[in-house]
Amino acid sequence: MAKILMKGNEAIAEAAIRAGCLNYFAYPITPQSEVAEYLSWRLPEVGGVFLQGESEVAVSYMVFGASACGERVFTTSSSPGISLMSEGISYIAAAQCPAVFVNIMRGGPGLGGILPSQADYNQSVKGGGHGDYRMLVLAPASVQEAAEMTMMAFPLAEKYRNPVMILGDGLIGQMMEPVEFSEELIAEPSNKDEWATSGMDTRKSDKRNLVKTLYLVPEELNEHNLFLKAKYDRMEQEEVRFVSYNIDADYTALIVSYGTMSRVCQTAIDNLKDEGIEVGMIRPQTLFPFPEKAVLDAASKEGCKVAFSIEMSMGQMLEDVERSVKGRCPVRWYGKCGGEVPTPEEVVDVVKSNI
Amino acid sequence: MGKTYQKPEALSDAYTHYCPGCTHGIIHRLVAEVIDELGIRRKTVGIAPVGCAVLAYNYFTFDFQESAHGRAPAMATGIKRVRPDLMVFTYQGDGDLASIGISEIIHSANRGEKFTTIFVNNAIYGMTGGQMAPTTMPEQRTTTSPAGRDVSKQGMPIRMVEMLSTLATPAYLSRQTVIRPKYVMRAKKAIKKAFEYQVEDRCFSLVELISTCPTNWGMTPQESIDWTENTLLKYYKLGEYKSPESTEEA
Repeated sequence: MAKILMKGNEAIAEAAIRAGCLNYFAYPITPQSEVAEYLSWRLPEVGGVFLQGESEVAVSYMVFGASACGERVFTTSSSPGISLMSEGISYIAAAQCPAVFVNIMRGGPGLGGILPSQADYNQSVKGGGHGDYRMLVLAPASVQEAAEMTMMAFPLAEKYRNPVMILGDGLIGQMMEPVEFSEELIAEPSNKDEWATSGMDTRKSDKRNLVKTLYLVPEELNEHNLFLKAKYDRMEQEEVRFVSYNIDADYTALIVSYGTMSRVCQTAIDNLKDEGIEVGMIRPQTLFPFPEKAVLDAASKEGCKVAFSIEMSMGQMLEDVERSVKGRCPVRWYGKCGGEVPTPEEVVDVVKSNI
Repeated sequence: MGKTYQKPEALSDAYTHYCPGCTHGIIHRLVAEVIDELGIRRKTVGIAPVGCAVLAYNYFTFDFQESAHGRAPAMATGIKRVRPDLMVFTYQGDGDLASIGISEIIHSANRGEKFTTIFVNNAIYGMTGGQMAPTTMPEQRTTTSPAGRDVSKQGMPIRMVEMLSTLATPAYLSRQTVIRPKYVMRAKKAIKKAFEYQVEDRCFSLVELISTCPTNWGMTPQESIDWTENTLLKYYKLGEYKSPESTEEA
């Protein structure tokens, strides 16, 4: 299939359909409303379900209800909306239902702004709702990657029976880039008859299914949490994804950066190279699980004097970078959090003044 | 001669956890009888609320989802939209439906979602230990209104069926009770009608059932029945408030 020019939000919408997800519930919020606008006409065209709910809270439970029936379903929102959905996400994770949430981040806290941000790192990666749960968090750095990750997200959610989040900053949603969709459709899960409340007739079964999150007996709740933890541990074993840049050079500094910010850092690394300064970069594609080992290995390389966490948030990812670097070198933070994306020149200056 | 009366297939063998004098048991049975009579058990998905009926799924023999507090109508919307062939009902109390979940029930009704809601209103929070609900009567003592509900500060109790009746979207809305046998038969008729409207894919349907809570009211079961009749039923009038036919005529 030929490349077409698309806005990130529309590419995510189209990719979901091509991933076989024909069910979408959402509430409008800038800067991701184009997803809902696109799907409001596109889903009826392919016989799918589009519904604008009354709030993000309600939407997260529409997703829960549909997902608990074993149907592919997703929603999209932006930061304040994801805060409201976090209640539902906690329940969906607890009930072990597969669902895909897309967060096209804007600035916070509070109403914040409508420009790009990465300030929901902790909310997404550490769990925005209550209780011990994790989401698998995918962080695209281009429109193409946003489309690919959307298509990957559904089978991943089904593999782990867990919510998967695509975490893109506002630029990923708003910018237009060429995109090519994969023709490959990943198969439906096979075990949903064991758990989904799809109706006993549908399953031709005399066993009823129950989707619940209440465990009043302490031993049972502990066991449930241990079971969930084992699942999250498995994600850490099997799902770490990252891209490295200039990592074979004899670099004196390492940058860890994701999303749009990583593309700026890439330009900065090229410019620094022209000045004779080598800098390597690890770009996490999964924020949970975080590429701890890749970051540790890269920071441990001989000659690497300093590592940077460069992010459009006030040092939220820094904690994971420090945790991964394990003191092999000092870790510095640079970022902005008002909606401006730091420029390559700023990144160059930060690197130069710290080596 | 065969059996003429037996436990519905839709009801499980479990003993319920409900208090003596509570009407949840009767309402569960009515729902189960209707599901059996309509032959829809194997394609029904129930949604349990947060409240005394959170464990309702232990007492039924078909698919069930357990919701968060107040969100059952949103879950029902999700199911019904992606699987319109399934028969879906929410079972909710008054704290769940009329307080924290009031937005979800209003919008589901207004969109005309084709599921059924069984709304059990006993004018108090039961499971959390007898706190004031939006449906608590004026002067009624609860653990968070120990001097009685002060309507100058808390407003008057919400009448959900009347409020939902103002929506222009066609719906079936009825208020019944099960405190005496004569009421039980009427309640069953209303519940059956509510499910039939869903089977016919016609409209949103809700039956409110005025219920008792002897434990948290601080009354005996008999006193609870009398108080329901003399106080609650004076404010929460029984009857059919709306049907799709009445909307079409209007």
